Amino acid sequence: MYLYDEFDRTLLTERVSEFRGQVARRLSGELTEDEFKSLRLMNGVYLQLHAYMLRIAIPYGTLSAVQMRRLAHVARKYDRGYGHFTTRQNIQFNWIKLAQLPDAMADLADAGLHGMQTSGNCVRNITTDQWAGVAPDEIEDPRVWAELIRQHVTLHPEFSFLPRKFKIAVGASDHDRAALRIHDLALRMHKNGAGEAGFEVMVGGGLGRTPFIAKTIKQFLPVRDVLTYIEAVLRLYNQYGRRDNIYKARIKILVHDKGGEQFGKEVDAEWQNIKDGSLALDKDVIADIATRFQYPDYEKLLDNPPELKAAQADARFATWHANSVSRHKQSGYAIVTLSLKPIGKPTGDCTADQMDKIADIADRYSYSEIRVGHEQNLVLPQVAQRDLPEVFKALDAIGVATPNVNQISDIIACPGLDYCSLANARAIPVAQEISKRFAEPNLAKSLNRLHVNISGCINACGHHHVGHIGILGVEKNGEEFYQISIGGKADENAQLGTLLGPAVPYDDVVDAVEDLAEAYLALRERPDELFIDTFKRVGVEPFKERVYATR
Amino acid sequence: MPLVKGSRIAADTFTRVEDDAPIPEQGAVLVPAARFLADAAELMQRAAPVGVIWPNNMDVSELVPYLDKLALVALVFPIFRDGRAYSQARLLRERYAYRGEMRATGQILRDQFVFYLRAGFDAFDVVKNADAAAFEETAKRYSVFFQPTGDGRLTVARSRLKLHGHRDPAAKRVTV
Ligand code: SF4
Repeated sequence: MYLYDEFDRTLLTERVSEFRGQVARRLSGELTEDEFKSLRLMNGVYLQLHAYMLRIAIPYGTLSAVQMRRLAHVARKYDRGYGHFTTRQNIQFNWIKLAQLPDAMADLADAGLHGMQTSGNCVRNITTDQWAGVAPDEIEDPRVWAELIRQHVTLHPEFSFLPRKFKIAVGASDHDRAALRIHDLALRMHKNGAGEAGFEVMVGGGLGRTPFIAKTIKQFLPVRDVLTYIEAVLRLYNQYGRRDNIYKARIKILVHDKGGEQFGKEVDAEWQNIKDGSLALDKDVIADIATRFQYPDYEKLLDNPPELKAAQADARFATWHANSVSRHKQSGYAIVTLSLKPIGKPTGDCTADQMDKIADIADRYSYSEIRVGHEQNLVLPQVAQRDLPEVFKALDAIGVATPNVNQISDIIACPGLDYCSLANARAIPVAQEISKRFAEPNLAKSLNRLHVNISGCINACGHHHVGHIGILGVEKNGEEFYQISIGGKADENAQLGTLLGPAVPYDDVVDAVEDLAEAYLALRERPDELFIDTFKRVGVEPFKERVYATR
Repeated sequence: MPLVKGSRIAADTFTRVEDDAPIPEQGAVLVPAARFLADAAELMQRAAPVGVIWPNNMDVSELVPYLDKLALVALVFPIFRDGRAYSQARLLRERYAYRGEMRATGQILRDQFVFYLRAGFDAFDVVKNADAAAFEETAKRYSVFFQPTGDGRLTVARSRLKLHGHRDPAAKRVTV
């Protein structure tokens, strides 16, 4: 956990009081809706189809049990008893009244939570690996770096009115669990020949109307230079990013127009001016932030204890364990993923009661800590293996132990036409129907790892470009149609999916996905060849034939 | 449109001169960038103060030869959401050490006052009277600052180090 101190707390209090004043000025008519719009956006408040939506940041995906209970309280008191976890380590409440927003924010601020910079044309919530600090393959905890960057960009006087939003992600493992290459700027920690840790810097990734995979502009950046280098990138973007066309305003267009190499050179030139200035990171500053992350006092335990062995006799437990439990860096411990994708229900939703129970379970079994991942699932990051049977029972009782993590029903979907004013088509019901079609556990398991991503419009909040199967809602003559692509992925070998063919109507989407699944089963060379690898081997054609043969 | 200077509403002593109008002999003048560059030599000879209105898509390094003599640089926010002039302001103050008046013009609203101040502005063409009247109070709204900028405010990182008994590293000069 990152522990807030008086400075963090003071800032949140000042922010809430400022927002209270802004809401009062809006309600009295002193502020026009246009003037108010960007102020509310800077605090995570959107106007949706039915009501205001409040987006709360969960920096680097780490929540304490206390914070989780506070989210439950807000869901109950100001919303309709639930919240929705997004693909960017945020939670959204969809039904909040404008006049109540300042109170809701004050309640959140008490627990160190806020909506600052979760929208607007500024640097957004910094995201990272949901397994940070517990992953066996990481170099060091990337959250320390995410926190240093988060503080630096909070209310930044130069970069709060950029051409467009700016998303930063940080990773420190070989395996990328933070979708680094689809971010405006991403840092990947690795070691140089001398064994020192530094960062590979990638810029210009992003999905939406013109999707790009980020380009590496610096192979190895020493850690002391992280803030100065980011400052140089932002300064170029602030001055030269396009402001004449909202669809060309993201940094990916600037990077693409200049070319990655040229852009990197210009960043370097600017960076030389500021590299040794007051933003260069002092060892003491890094250490000071690092000390505010608290780690559990792990017990000395052995892997695979008798309690765990005994529980494997129960088939339901064994299935869940094989699917949802992952290796921890500490022996005798495990990382547990909580599926927020129950079969046939909206993806990423969590009720206030579930939040409270999850907080209780975290207190009892996971050193009071919970994580939120970009796949819209939750994680208990540090559970003793001997406690797994009890944890399973507790999670199962509240419906968050569906053993479908990384399977076809573990779908990433945006809110789509059910909530979002920009949507062309529904996303949630499509996800629900797909998960029902593949509800039979053995069928789903036989399909191995298979990521389905659904977006309700070209803005791509459901990351459809990087789904193994990507589904995009479009509108044709007032009806909902869906474009399907396959072969995308968001990991360390990130690539964009290939379009399968003409869009299909709403009623055909699930059938088309089933056709793809059947084609995969027929085409794969071995039972353990993944969908994405079969695609890589055979290309799009055989899948296309299968889907359009009967259409 | 009230001018705020030194946290108070103040009279504007500069006269704006259009591109083709003659430059008056007396009094402070504020001229557009193209005119300024065309007549710089002559303008710099004037005894009375000269200021320039610098658009947000021109490189401020072009102003460097004149900064010692310029009394005012007015930077432009065509709409408050266009943040280019924040970078220009920091560069002028922190990289090129400009010490004269730096004025924010355009759609200047209350909710950006703290950002303007932190970026180095010290004068403001405020759109609304109510906002101008609320300047002093609004400018004090925040007490916590993360970024070291030319305004010299103590950053959180430095305060923390002091609090936690480290030596203070950042008596260092700010460079942008
Ligand atoms: S992808 Fe489109 S429909 Fe879905 S949440 Fe984003 S903007 Fe809304």
